[in-house]
Amino acid sequence: MGKFSIDTAIQRVLDKGDKAFVPYIMAGDGGLDQLESQIRLLANAGATIIELGIPFSDPVADGPTIQAAGQRALTSGVTLKKVLDELKRFKESRDIPIVLMTYINPVFTYGPKRFAEDCEASGVDGVIVPDVPLEESDLVSNALKEHEIAFIRLATLTSTPDRLAKIAEQTEGFLYAVTINGITGVQNRFGDQLGNHLTNIKQQTDKPVFAGFGVSSPEHVRELTAYCDGVIVGSKIVDLLHQGNEEEIQTLIQSAKTAHV
Amino acid sequence: MITTEQPNAQGYYGDFGGRFVPETLMPAVLELEEAYQQAKQDPAFQQELDHYLRQYVGRETPLYYAERLSESLGGPKIYLKREDLNHTGAHKINNALGQALLTKRMGKRKVVAETGAGQHGVATATVCALLDLDCVIFMGKEDIERQKLNVFRMELLGATVKSVDQGSGTLKDAVNEALRYWVSNVTDTHYIIGSVVGPHPFPQIVRDFQRVIGDETKEQIVTQEGRLPDAVVACVGGGSNAMGMFAPFVEEEDVQLYGVEAGGSGIETGKHAATLTGGSAGILHGTLTYLLQDQDGQIQEAHSISAGLDYPGIGPEHSYLHASNRVTYSSITDDEALEALQLLSKTEGILPALESSHAIAYTMKLAESLSSDHTVVACLSGRGDKDVEAVKAHLGGGFHG
Repeated sequence: MGKFSIDTAIQRVLDKGDKAFVPYIMAGDGGLDQLESQIRLLANAGATIIELGIPFSDPVADGPTIQAAGQRALTSGVTLKKVLDELKRFKESRDIPIVLMTYINPVFTYGPKRFAEDCEASGVDGVIVPDVPLEESDLVSNALKEHEIAFIRLATLTSTPDRLAKIAEQTEGFLYAVTINGITGVQNRFGDQLGNHLTNIKQQTDKPVFAGFGVSSPEHVRELTAYCDGVIVGSKIVDLLHQGNEEEIQTLIQSAKTAHV
Repeated sequence: MITTEQPNAQGYYGDFGGRFVPETLMPAVLELEEAYQQAKQDPAFQQELDHYLRQYVGRETPLYYAERLSESLGGPKIYLKREDLNHTGAHKINNALGQALLTKRMGKRKVVAETGAGQHGVATATVCALLDLDCVIFMGKEDIERQKLNVFRMELLGATVKSVDQGSGTLKDAVNEALRYWVSNVTDTHYIIGSVVGPHPFPQIVRDFQRVIGDETKEQIVTQEGRLPDAVVACVGGGSNAMGMFAPFVEEEDVQLYGVEAGGSGIETGKHAATLTGGSAGILHGTLTYLLQDQDGQIQEAHSISAGLDYPGIGPEHSYLHASNRVTYSSITDDEALEALQLLSKTEGILPALESSHAIAYTMKLAESLSSDHTVVACLSGRGDKDVEAVKAHLGGGFHG
């Protein structure tokens, strides 16, 4: 479990010549009792890893779609503790790695040590915390390390070369390359420099590099995976799941596979 | 001894502070820190700031002995630091001006800001007009309703005001949207945050630009009374007027410092904005500080009659001064603030802002335990013209008899 299962899952995909696809879903959007079937649906559709959002009252890195999903989850009473308990319940019956995406305050309140312990017990393999930059990472990194949970770091278009080098060195599992200066949400097109940016990041590290933020169509997936090892798709998946559009989810996820055969 | 020395290199005041922002913003936060350190050392920057503070803002503001108020309470001599007499009617412009000058220094032409009551928004829109900067202000939908005139003022000054529907549509949600906007426009835009909150170095920068309040007060009281005051009182939402007032007094151990939070309908009702009195430590808007939150770390809505105090967090340095017991923090309810507003209006002919009325109300309480040998300074952070409608609604407009 933990870091190791993320590494293994990514390697398996890359060895086949495919690219990784990481769908993001908001835990408890549609009810926590739906979580198991949502994860199974995405796994069966060909997802490499599941990124599971923990709802937060003030998600400053998220656009309207994920804000609304988080609000729906909070309204139905979802908490970090309940998500971890639910993940623990069907831990044995899933084999796709789970990465939690959570803002720092729910973790701070839960207690970073207890959080890492319970993540391990619930079969959580990695953690992304968008409002913890390099400067504050000690708050959670030691506890996560102790339990072999990958602490996945984000690199952005604004990251300076020295910051990028540190982020590349410290990230575990994969490096999350943010594709836009902005918040999550569906994007029409990416900046002209994005290809260069991703190529530059790839040159900095041997670790897999996944592009995320604004990725919302098979065309985006093909465009971006030309430069990196995989994509993370949030708002579009959240929308499709909310609409119950399983077919389009399938098409989107498969676009990471057919792109490079 | 506790002093308002610089925060440590990581931006912490004791256990509080830090920089909890997305990586996209980190380079901008570091750039700001560097630009500010350079500006502080640059006499030309200080001269320019002083020039505008004197000639444009109207500093220094008086430290006024409120004789009739003092007499009516029968206790200590009460002095009011008249920040309400600043251009735009509150202390907010001290910081907005300083940060707008920093914006130009960093070569940026655009500014984003949040506002609650509209005072910081008006101050920011004002200095952006003065210095020819583009200005976008985020304001909660609820606050836009409560402060329609301030919205129009900002628009007259050339700013774009954006309504925020998310959450409860108040100050917290406006900060969220301002942060999202900043992430999306960070390369050419500076975020002029309005209080001593947010990621380092904002709490330090805002405190330093507001410190002029305390520095002037300290000199003025010594000139007028021949000694330091026994107590200094200021209201605290995010806490910028209080931090600016307290800063030079923190090291004066004989001066009692009192921070007054908004008690709303009463702490026991759960409908309040008293972060230190009724909250716990957590991380919001880039800083580790006391917050109103539930046991799962979800931020709760704040409640106060005053839109400017209606914020579920507080500056990290206040959390530090609370934890170290240097400043005594307590709360005043909506009703007590309304009463103080009326008393000051009638005894002195000064209509205070609802925010500042919290400080006046606490001063009234404090007066009960002090004698005429004592002096108390209260920070009158803003004028109450903006609140007349809200006050009328609460008092039922029963004044005409």
